[in-house]
Amino acid sequence: MDGRDKPGHDEFIRHGPDKIMLELIVISTLNGVLYGMLLFLMASGLTVIFSMLGVLNFAHASFYMLGAFFGFQISRWFGFWPGLIVAPILAGAIGAAVERYGLRRVHKNGHVAELLFTFGLAFAIEEIVSIIWGKVPVDYRTPELLDFPAFTIFSTNYPAYKMFMLAVSVVIFLGLLVALKKTRIGLIVQAALTHPHMVAHLGHNVERIFMLVFGVGTALAAVAGVIAGPSLVTQSNMAALVGPILFVVVVVGGLGSLPGAFIASLLIGLLQTFAVSINGSLGSVFGPLGPELAQSWLSDIWNVSVAQVAPIMPYLLLVLILIFRPMGLLGTRES
Amino acid sequence: MTDLASHAAALGAAPPRPTVSDRLKFYGIWLATAVALLVLPQVFSSGGSLTTFSLVGISIIFALSYNILLGQTGMLSFGHAVYYGLGGFLAIHAINIVGFHKWPIPLPLMPLIGGVAGLFFAALIGWVMTQRSGTAFAMISLGLAELVASSALILRTFFGGEAGISANRTKLFKVFGLSFGPQIQIYYLIAAWTLIAIIAMYALTRTPLGRMCNAVRDNPERVQFVGYDPHVVRYLAFCFSGFFAGIAGALAAINFEIANSAYLGATQSGTVLFSTYIGGIGFFIGPIVGAVFVTVLSLGLSDLTQVWQLYFGLFFIAVVAFAPGGITGLLMMHRPLIRAGMLQRMLPSYLIAVVPTLALCTGLMMMIETIVHYTVNPNESPNIKAFGIPFNAERPSVWAISAVLIIVGFILARMSWTRVGQTWDATLSAARAKVHAT
Repeated sequence: MDGRDKPGHDEFIRHGPDKIMLELIVISTLNGVLYGMLLFLMASGLTVIFSMLGVLNFAHASFYMLGAFFGFQISRWFGFWPGLIVAPILAGAIGAAVERYGLRRVHKNGHVAELLFTFGLAFAIEEIVSIIWGKVPVDYRTPELLDFPAFTIFSTNYPAYKMFMLAVSVVIFLGLLVALKKTRIGLIVQAALTHPHMVAHLGHNVERIFMLVFGVGTALAAVAGVIAGPSLVTQSNMAALVGPILFVVVVVGGLGSLPGAFIASLLIGLLQTFAVSINGSLGSVFGPLGPELAQSWLSDIWNVSVAQVAPIMPYLLLVLILIFRPMGLLGTRES
Repeated sequence: MTDLASHAAALGAAPPRPTVSDRLKFYGIWLATAVALLVLPQVFSSGGSLTTFSLVGISIIFALSYNILLGQTGMLSFGHAVYYGLGGFLAIHAINIVGFHKWPIPLPLMPLIGGVAGLFFAALIGWVMTQRSGTAFAMISLGLAELVASSALILRTFFGGEAGISANRTKLFKVFGLSFGPQIQIYYLIAAWTLIAIIAMYALTRTPLGRMCNAVRDNPERVQFVGYDPHVVRYLAFCFSGFFAGIAGALAAINFEIANSAYLGATQSGTVLFSTYIGGIGFFIGPIVGAVFVTVLSLGLSDLTQVWQLYFGLFFIAVVAFAPGGITGLLMMHRPLIRAGMLQRMLPSYLIAVVPTLALCTGLMMMIETIVHYTVNPNESPNIKAFGIPFNAERPSVWAISAVLIIVGFILARMSWTRVGQTWDATLSAARAKVHAT
């Protein structure tokens, strides 16, 4: 994800290619699953909100960013652990308020207006964050309790904080699963995924469920922000960086499909992490076949390394999915 | 039987030809626009205003091309800048190549190359994109825009990396001795293309294709029953939209003599969405109004306040929430009242509502500017001036004043706008009754 754990050239000489390969695979898989789980924390809320309200929350990644910055501010005042609890609650409350006082009003103007409302909101939140915390990255540190290497594979120390991130996201994932499958509200949410109108006809207070779902969904995104903040970069453009990838996850997984979002999150997490750790380029693999290509105007494509294309991998996947499976991996709904 | 026959004959006959006065009115508007574009630089001849007019012209074409998608075909795109940017890049490369080989192709034809580039890429990407409509299309457009924008940074030879590609527009083949060095010549070039593009896009809305676009927007299922494929209609609209966006991008590249990756980026896509929606997507003239408004505002606001983008975002949210028809939508709402001559009945309640709304906005503005003073530039003088209102940000009373303005302004504004709504309903029914009676 951030390239810090990549094995270097010296180790390559010391251990030989096999161990390095294994090390790379283990570390990249761990990082990829971790990134995928973070993506799923956000994408799950986005998917449920989309399925129930029919609104694609463009500002969803902004709540991830709010979570990170709230967590940072609270960690400065009271420490990391209170931030882990309070920041998502704050962000979730803001999310619920946005639904109650913003989206509900815009709802009568149609889906385009709702989407544009959240688009404007994302724009405004980014501006507000950069006014309050500035445009440069803030110093959001991992808690001292977790500031040690969890284990060592060959020569790479794997930080305990990353294991903690993984644990938190897995616990929340399991909690979400139980809540959806075993509780009453989970049943209603599940029903609303496939038959939103029927749920309303059955006399549930749909408006309150919507507000709740929106609040919980944005709070989940904020949890992702709080735990990702110290490990990744906490900066006012982080929402703009993650937002489009989140939409790719939702489209690739299939609009309104939670299992689809889960698979797509892991897929994109692994894809991007493995791409970052591969240094080869077309030129280095096929170089002997066409040496003249390295000089032609195609040289950019020929010489670019896989690691450099990693940021556009999700979008390439999106294009492929659109061509071969326009509904998404597990999607059933047209729009 | 004869009844039916005459009815059929009436159906088959051509629609009644427009009267002379209607035609005069129609062509008069275009003539007036052309004359206005000609005279404008004579009235405001400073360099700054010429630059502004040029930018406004470019964003008018761009916003109108965007409205082919959003307003006319109902496709919300978050990546329209892709075609704008690719048009710009192709035009820059064309200028460089033509200048290098000394081919006899003058600068005024370059926007056409940008347009063809936009059309080509829209035709290439559009088929896959337009398979879906609605929210899925919006997300896909965003993903593809990100793909192109990130690829632009990788393909350095073509896109020039962060610095971009520059060109010299004066080195081309000259017609009528025009060098296109001075801004006034560029203004006329942009004005001419703007007029051509506006007329072409207006004509497009009057064609059967333009009508089918509206049908696809309103009821795609019904369109299928009639025998058209909504996908094809969306695709054609997408291609036309890409063509005109490419023209706008090429004009921008000519104007700045540079094309860089910012042309393709999310900010550019967002700006055109803002201008089009704020202007109003329901009327052909809406994007024109929006482009003028947003361009002038973004040039003017940055002098007035440091955080103009925040105000801009808040303004956009307010438009979406309270005036989904945009500026033109708001104005056009009053047409029945003007026809019935009852507009003056609304004015008093508007005036009453404006006062607390202004108070609310002033309070918000003071609050935001004070926070900005503390967080962004804490070491500068506390005597700040925003929107021409000077105040001392470090005085505690500022907080109290702005809080009072916000709270009281909010409560009063709510009450007065409810009153406006009631007066509106009453006046509108009265106006309708009057029109029906006559």
